[in-house]
Amino acid sequence: MRRLLLLVLFVFSVPQLQAAIEAYEFESVQMEADYNKLIDELRCLVCQNQNLSASDADLARDLRRETYQMLQEGKSPQQVVEFMVERYGDFVLYRPQFKSTTYLLWLGPFLLLLSVLYLLIRRLRAANKPVEVDADAMAEAKHLLEDKESGK
Amino acid sequence: MNRFVLPLAVFVLMAGLLGYGLRLDPKKVPSPLIDKPAPAFSLAMLDDPSRQLSTADMSGQVWVLNVWASWCVSCRAEHEIISLLANKNLVTVVGLNYKDEPADAARWLKQFGNPYATSVIDRDGRVGIDWGVYGVPETFVIGADGMIKYKHIGPVTHESLEQKIMPILKELLS
Repeated sequence: MRRLLLLVLFVFSVPQLQAAIEAYEFESVQMEADYNKLIDELRCLVCQNQNLSASDADLARDLRRETYQMLQEGKSPQQVVEFMVERYGDFVLYRPQFKSTTYLLWLGPFLLLLSVLYLLIRRLRAANKPVEVDADAMAEAKHLLEDKESGK
Repeated sequence: MNRFVLPLAVFVLMAGLLGYGLRLDPKKVPSPLIDKPAPAFSLAMLDDPSRQLSTADMSGQVWVLNVWASWCVSCRAEHEIISLLANKNLVTVVGLNYKDEPADAARWLKQFGNPYATSVIDRDGRVGIDWGVYGVPETFVIGADGMIKYKHIGPVTHESLEQKIMPILKELLS
């Protein structure tokens, strides 16, 4: 059991295997960092649950080359992202942009949390409130109970 | 009674959304290029590499761009349908030979028949990237105004030809 646990921990601790094998040369450390960040955040459309850096698909290789070339030409990372979105849509982004069609995506979890908090607080308050009983009804109940006791 | 209404409503909503999600094909990513100008290219023709075909040559007419390759298995599956469309002589069907060896491509056309008015060579897939191609075959319908009207991802079937592509072509041609 303990061995199994260790094995599981080991498997999940191995960093994501990198398929990007091209040896690109960068003019600056900054450019290399930009490149690595971009290929980590852009999705490969062929194998949809992989980013460009992890995918060995032909298209991923082409898009890595495109990313590299654009950076070499002095384009900013933002321009590379725009280039990809223009062609492949928002789907290429692992981190969707914050805009009108994605407000719900970004804010939905917080809305859900707030509504659950609201329900929880309401329920707790209701539970703590002393029970209010109508005085007439109380008197009647008392009367009935006493009646029963004295009657038999 | 009342306490069951909310969980039931949540359940029905979730089941509805998940059921809808199950019916979607995650491989079909909507193209952002619909109703945008067709990305320009000027590429060598497969049958005569000394000549070029450019998107400008096609302006003013409705045309279809079919992305294909000899290594693409589902291109064989849709070959019959693309031929059917080309034989209707309604629109010009241009082939974009995507990331292929020209010799292999020529052999493929010889073997199965050539439905294309002409095929152009996109050897490094650079034009494919501009058109947002990510899975061959893909089929684009371009209007006379040079705008992309429709994109079909994957092999065109009889149904998708009759139900999607033909109505769009008829509307564009009328």
